[in-house]
Amino acid sequence: MSELVNDISIAEEPQETLSMNPRKFIMWLFVVSIIMLFAAMTSAYLVRRAEGNWLEYDIPAVFSYSTIVLVISSLTMHWAYLAAKKDNFPSLKIAISITFVLGAIFLYMQFQGWVELVNENVFFVGNPAGSFMYIFTGLHGFHLISGLVVLLVALIASFRLRIHAKSLNQIEIAATYWHFLDILWLYLFFFLVYFH
Amino acid sequence: MATVSANPVIVAHATEHDHHEPQSFWRKYIFSEDHKTIAKQYLISGILWSIIGISLSVMFRLQLGFPNLKLGFLRPVLGSWINETDKLDPDFYLALVTMHGTIMVFFVLTAGLSGTFSNFLIPLQVGARDMASGFLNMLSYWFFFIASVVMFSSMFIETGPAAGGWVIYPPLSALPQAHKGSELGMTLWLISMALFIVSQLLGGINYITTVINLRTRGMSFSKLPLTIWAFLLTAILGLISFPVLLSAALLLIFDRSFGTSFYLSEIYIKGEALPNVGGSPILFQHLFWFLGHPEVYIVILPALGMTSEIIATNARKPIFGYRAMIASMMGIAFLAFIVWAHHMFVTGMNPFLGSIFMFLTLIIAVPSAVKAFNYITTLWRGNIRFTPAMLFSIGLVSFFISGGITGLILGNSALDIQLHDTYFVVAHFHLVMGAASAFGLLAGVYHWFPKMFGRMMDEKLGYIHFWLTFIGIYLVFFPMHYVGIAGFPRRYYAFTSYDFTKNIFADMNAFISLAAIFTFVAQWVFIYNFVNSLIRGKRATQNPWKSNTLEWTTPIVPGHGNWVGEIPAVYRWPYDYSKPGAKDDFIPQNVPYSQTPESNLPHENELISLESEIEAQNLNDQFKQPH
Repeated sequence: MSELVNDISIAEEPQETLSMNPRKFIMWLFVVSIIMLFAAMTSAYLVRRAEGNWLEYDIPAVFSYSTIVLVISSLTMHWAYLAAKKDNFPSLKIAISITFVLGAIFLYMQFQGWVELVNENVFFVGNPAGSFMYIFTGLHGFHLISGLVVLLVALIASFRLRIHAKSLNQIEIAATYWHFLDILWLYLFFFLVYFH
Repeated sequence: MATVSANPVIVAHATEHDHHEPQSFWRKYIFSEDHKTIAKQYLISGILWSIIGISLSVMFRLQLGFPNLKLGFLRPVLGSWINETDKLDPDFYLALVTMHGTIMVFFVLTAGLSGTFSNFLIPLQVGARDMASGFLNMLSYWFFFIASVVMFSSMFIETGPAAGGWVIYPPLSALPQAHKGSELGMTLWLISMALFIVSQLLGGINYITTVINLRTRGMSFSKLPLTIWAFLLTAILGLISFPVLLSAALLLIFDRSFGTSFYLSEIYIKGEALPNVGGSPILFQHLFWFLGHPEVYIVILPALGMTSEIIATNARKPIFGYRAMIASMMGIAFLAFIVWAHHMFVTGMNPFLGSIFMFLTLIIAVPSAVKAFNYITTLWRGNIRFTPAMLFSIGLVSFFISGGITGLILGNSALDIQLHDTYFVVAHFHLVMGAASAFGLLAGVYHWFPKMFGRMMDEKLGYIHFWLTFIGIYLVFFPMHYVGIAGFPRRYYAFTSYDFTKNIFADMNAFISLAAIFTFVAQWVFIYNFVNSLIRGKRATQNPWKSNTLEWTTPIVPGHGNWVGEIPAVYRWPYDYSKPGAKDDFIPQNVPYSQTPESNLPHENELISLESEIEAQNLNDQFKQPH
């Protein structure tokens, strides 16, 4: 009996409730809702594609280049985070600025991708195969703009020296969101390449 | 509470944070970040919306029950929607059913129910000063408010509000030229719902974060009240399913306004071929019902959670099967995502796929039955106090069972062929989802009114309200099953033009309409009671229902930050009612086992040694962290 009692008390050992900064947790839940948005979109794509009458076209090469740009921006974002952790402010400022510029370049390249699509006679209005292409890139671009806003706030904070080894929440949130947007694009890109 | 004062250092530490600057009227009552104020804003909005929503149903019931009635007396309200022959405009009839469904499902039973009680109870019952982010919480309400304004204004435009049913299936909803209600009204519907979804996501993210991160010391998941479990699972359902509805709505917006063909293909309208090719209207149904089905659990789960709490409190018994209740709610929440196609059995779906969805659908009966059994066994031989809240909770159990049983019939893909889109379906979901969660909402208002406003609601009026409503709802929806079995389709303007409906059930339909009007009138007893008690109600005591949960340890009207001084720690589960040996028939969650040696079970005596550990934990007081 006493053994059983001990087992119970071990099982109910009190645990600290606060395990994560609530703001970071909120950010992760936002990520979940964005994942569901794109999960719905991509599964709609698959369901629709399975019905046939599907336009075949070549994905413009500029989307491959923009993918590389976005991956590099993720690396510089991580560089910024490491710099902040070590209180290396010059590197932090450079890295976070590069990330921001790369993000803007990515958006511009996505727009060029749309121009290429139009040149290929793939329009937003028409066969859903093309419409989905615009929807995926457009929705991702919309979220990337929100990522740029978050990044801009962190950038301003870093130039005012408010991000340092003891105050990392802001850059951690910005970095996680940025990496998520990068992975989301990789998913969408390879999805489109594989199923187009 | 003795343990709290036993540690003067902590008390002193806590009180120094009690000062706060007086807030302006606008920050305190309008753009408030306080969860209790936001809850009240949701409650008031929900009540106003429910008056509108139910009034609309009375209007179309007049048409259905008395097809020859002259409705000229409604002209002051409906204007030219009453045509020259004093009849309701058939287009507007469709708008009425659409708006009734939209308003009741989303604006009353989602925003009004979850918005009110998740906001109000989560911080109070988990022991938090406020929601994780007061700002996002405020945004959530104001997004809902703008959504409400847009939806409300759509009822006053010339072409009328959306009229494609609350499910807005394309192609009807996608083509403005298809129907009056698919013009501007549909656009406003989509804008309003997009804002509504943003509101729900902001709210839900906050609820989840608060429950997981801001519980007080000792409040482990196995000590959470079932209300909080229900709100948490509801918020998770919303977080996963609302983005999918947003996707569906976005694609529909592009189809309507930009000429894409996601849902449209090869359509002739008025003899003219449309340019759209290659779309699939069934795709919309899949996306819609992936939200639509979880949505019915988003509506019912909070009601079930609050009912668990109210029934245990008023039966003066521990809830029967606490862990089984949690497990069955988790089971319902999980199954909610894999049964959506049972709404689409007659879309030409592969019968084998239909069988799979039928099987998964029928499994939901298991956790639902577990919950029904647990309610009844909690009531069994309890020392029941029939407060109005308790009556409404028992009423919920009744509706949940009688409406759930017909779910077994509709879940069968073969039986559904006969019953699909008939009044049988209408009766089913109004009982199990509409009336049951409305009763949960009303029970919650009666139960937590003292905590919200510091006054008691009138019990006698509460009893009258309950009996009139309970009887009225059964009088409306029980006969409706027969109408449905006879094959009467829903959303039809009149049944006088078809041979199979011409001469039967006219009297039954008239009876249902009278019962609906009766039930609607009975709700004014509640409105009167609510307003009157706000002003003249008896002053509440701190713990009027002798309940165990943490909200009753706050001051009678909790201020900003909820607790004066330190947030109480939690040592036990919330259902220690009528414990053998105890002095009182309830032991609140913040009473340590060391103070109740007379009623402790052997393993609980062992837990006494852990109390100092709980007290030594991080206070988890968000007001003391930089924010």
